[in-house]
Amino acid sequence: MTAKKSPLDKFISKRANNVSPSGIRKFFDLLQDMENVISLGVGEPDYATPWHISEAAVKSLEKGYTMYTSNSGILELRNLTSQYLKDKYGISYKPEGEILITVGVSEALDLAMRAILNPGDEVIMTDPHYVAYDAAVILAEGKPVMVRTSAKNNFAVEAKDIESKITSKTKAILIGFPSNPTGAIMTRQKLLDLAAVAKKHNLLVISDEIYARLTYEGEHTCFASLPGVKNNTILLGGFSKAYAMTGWRVGYAVAPPEIIAAMTKIHQYTIMCAPTPAQVAAIEALKTGEPDVVEMVEDYNRRRKVIVKGFNDIGLPCFEPKGAFYAFPSITPTGLTSERFSEALLKEEKVAVVPGSAFGKCGEGFIRCCYATSLAEIEEALNRMERFVKKHKK
Amino acid sequence: MLKDILKILENDAHASEKQIATMVGVSAAEVTNVIKQAEKDRVILKYKTVVNWDKADGDEHVWALIEVKVKPEPEAGFDAIASRVARYEQVRSLYLASGTYDLLLVVVDKSEHKVADFVSQNLAHIDGVQATVTHFVLKRYKDDGELLDGGEGVKRQQVVL
Repeated sequence: MTAKKSPLDKFISKRANNVSPSGIRKFFDLLQDMENVISLGVGEPDYATPWHISEAAVKSLEKGYTMYTSNSGILELRNLTSQYLKDKYGISYKPEGEILITVGVSEALDLAMRAILNPGDEVIMTDPHYVAYDAAVILAEGKPVMVRTSAKNNFAVEAKDIESKITSKTKAILIGFPSNPTGAIMTRQKLLDLAAVAKKHNLLVISDEIYARLTYEGEHTCFASLPGVKNNTILLGGFSKAYAMTGWRVGYAVAPPEIIAAMTKIHQYTIMCAPTPAQVAAIEALKTGEPDVVEMVEDYNRRRKVIVKGFNDIGLPCFEPKGAFYAFPSITPTGLTSERFSEALLKEEKVAVVPGSAFGKCGEGFIRCCYATSLAEIEEALNRMERFVKKHKK
Repeated sequence: MLKDILKILENDAHASEKQIATMVGVSAAEVTNVIKQAEKDRVILKYKTVVNWDKADGDEHVWALIEVKVKPEPEAGFDAIASRVARYEQVRSLYLASGTYDLLLVVVDKSEHKVADFVSQNLAHIDGVQATVTHFVLKRYKDDGELLDGGEGVKRQQVVL
């Protein structure tokens, strides 16, 4: 990225300059004037929010429920979140003092980093990782430290690899499983190993579990539910993916009271509270949205199987992603870099994917493909990509 | 497995046996067998298309909902009369319902005149039919789970982080 020099540059802070623009920015621009593009480049469900959830918000607006809520979020929503975590994972967090309702996990992540990091503190995370992870650390003046993961290991992370990166400056380990961009999950045993390392070195673990419900094999293990980790864990979750509520922007952070208090302080001065109608919708989601989640997950699972088989059949080796709604096939048989592949694929076959390199060095040689799109589109995309791969095979 | 297959087919009759096999995780041959058996058992009745006739040029369809009050027969109850009503091809759906009437018919025909003929000359003459109330459909909003208008779908950004 080479931005033009401007006299206004001097006003931009070092902090802002320290984060690089997203690697997929140029795809937005390329896509602007193209038609008939099939996009596997999204990161959200293709469902609209189930109507009964939206309707709850509409009704609340009709009743004039449009004021600020408590900084921490509507108490009923915190109660229901607490109950949900208890029912689902057997963990117990107090609605008052241990749960903070945020503007999506994005805000929760930012708050967590700003609440815990001093300048120069290190946060260990996987490479590849979701694009906001390193940015959130850098904006809080911390230093992201990468642990390599690979397709050989299905993009899970090994505790010993994390341990090898620990220094006197390490403050926390940030994990996000099921993973955006790879679709990888962590087994309970791998998480236990990780927990042991965190404990041994007295580190915080921030666990972004926004994709928890989108787990297709076995049950998702909530990191906070492992024995003895609660005091060192910040659990982040939300409604966007499971309930198809991305645009509502509502999530939560769950942690020991000292940490939630620090995060709440920042939250109240910067955000005040998550949008009231969105919180009302989230209440409805927790109360009655379960059947919708089950149905959507079943549907994603069907498409997941089709796309993974499809990639392997057309010569793009793809490990089986057991969570989220992304497939992360290797494009090395073409000999192209992932950015070159993605650009050429868009221009030649009008299929939009995200280059794996946008998510870290270890993402090079892969592309992120979201299968939360209709089956017909998935199959057409696979047809076009098959043609593309044949043409570019080295 | 049958249930999984039916769920896919109910939403998309076009799904190929190969696709279904991938989604359900069995061989295509197995899917074929299960479908054949389901067709034989009349679990699967037919593969149809949900059509918005309002948008198809030059084709007129009139829809009517007809409530029918019936005197049940001593032995056969409502079933004998229902099977007689069901024989008319313009009767698209037929239900026995609780409430102030007994049978509810969805009738589709080419004109209001034809629907009227059906009620006065066929339906009313069936033994046991005591009264009918005909409601002509003014507009169809949703049929078989599909919205007839507003097929714009969900608008998403094409690339998201």
